[in-house]
Amino acid sequence: MGVPIQVTVNGKPYKAEVEPRQLLVHFLRDTLRMTGTHVGCDTSSCGACTIHMNGEAVKSCTILAVQADGGEIKTIEGMSPDGNGTLHPLQEGFKEEHGLQCGFCTPGMIMAADALLKENPNPSETEIRHALEGNFCRCTGYHNIVKSIQYAADKMRKEVTHG
Amino acid sequence: MITTAFSYHKAGTVADALKLLAECGDDAKILAGGHSLIPAMKLRLNQPEHLIDISGISEIRYIRCEGNSLRVGAGATHADIANSSDVQSHMPMLAETAALIGDPAVRNKGTMGGVLAHADPAADYPAALLAADAEVVVQGPGGERIIALENFLLGLFDTDLAENEIIVEVRMNISPSNAKSTYQKFMQPASRYAIVGCAAMVTVDQGRISDAKVAFSSVAEKAFRAREVENALKGQEASEATIKAAVKNAVNGVEVLSDHFASSEYRGHLAKVYAERALKAVI
Repeated sequence: MGVPIQVTVNGKPYKAEVEPRQLLVHFLRDTLRMTGTHVGCDTSSCGACTIHMNGEAVKSCTILAVQADGGEIKTIEGMSPDGNGTLHPLQEGFKEEHGLQCGFCTPGMIMAADALLKENPNPSETEIRHALEGNFCRCTGYHNIVKSIQYAADKMRKEVTHG
Repeated sequence: MITTAFSYHKAGTVADALKLLAECGDDAKILAGGHSLIPAMKLRLNQPEHLIDISGISEIRYIRCEGNSLRVGAGATHADIANSSDVQSHMPMLAETAALIGDPAVRNKGTMGGVLAHADPAADYPAALLAADAEVVVQGPGGERIIALENFLLGLFDTDLAENEIIVEVRMNISPSNAKSTYQKFMQPASRYAIVGCAAMVTVDQGRISDAKVAFSSVAEKAFRAREVENALKGQEASEATIKAAVKNAVNGVEVLSDHFASSEYRGHLAKVYAERALKAVI
């Protein structure tokens, strides 16, 4: 039996009927066809499914779509500042600093990093590594991911200063 | 992984949740942060017919001091607790514990009440709360009950909570100003669940240990106070020798858990190591 929900995803409102057991990540991927958010471990350990719900980083594989009713969701598809291919400083950082290899973990890494930089615009390396405790990368060894986030933090601070 | 089908009910107030619980009967589960329940439902270890979502009940999401008592609403998330200046100043080991649970995204969803109701032996809070002599406040159709946490935790995933009750608050006396407290854990690196967790709250007065409370999570089927360790500390000189002698008693008479992360022998050894680390941090 479907339950009606209304959610705003990346600034755009959506209405849908969902089965109560549908996970938020499957609603995003299968119903809205936003496949940038990945399902990795499916047990809330790996962080590939990290999105923002009402401004906080959460793991969308462990939230029901019905729980997002009335909420604001941001996914990797909403990171581009103009929604038209211009890269967010975090996306640019991952490109410039080679922060990905296979790329599977990258959307979750970027969403976790975005939550960190909102709270702490100038994190130390240790703080970045702590903030990524719930995001697994099996390719890079994290070193370049940390550098990518430092790149974005530097750029975003400069934008704030000069903007 | 997909859970079995269920009906979803959203409760706006505690009274609403109790009414829904009464209507839905035995096959209802309470959904708070969902970070234990949803994984269990995906594995079909839990197959409730009804889920009653209490995550939006604002009246149980608070942290406040009332006189000498620290009150944590059942709906407070781990992030709320870790970041609370009241918890940081009045029960530092509880803030420290909350900050070590899972990762930032898990801490944004998981709640105090959810942890206690689930009663996973590997949960972190129970050690710190036992060392703080915390009480659990539950509400049911007959009104409110206040239960010492030590009596609330009955065993593996088992508590004194009745099927028609919900947890609304955890309360404890604020830490005495001359007491120091900490929580130290050895964690499974992927899930970040404790393999061994030890909380210690100690008061040292003129070089002697005047009070000591030590408790473990994830060592036995339920969290427990290590009273033999406490008794070996109390009245003694605040020294490394005292600590080393006391922690030898950490798991006396305890049936230590064994699983694929740690054998009981290894876990028993870790309990002593982490008790020593915790005590050295506060003495």
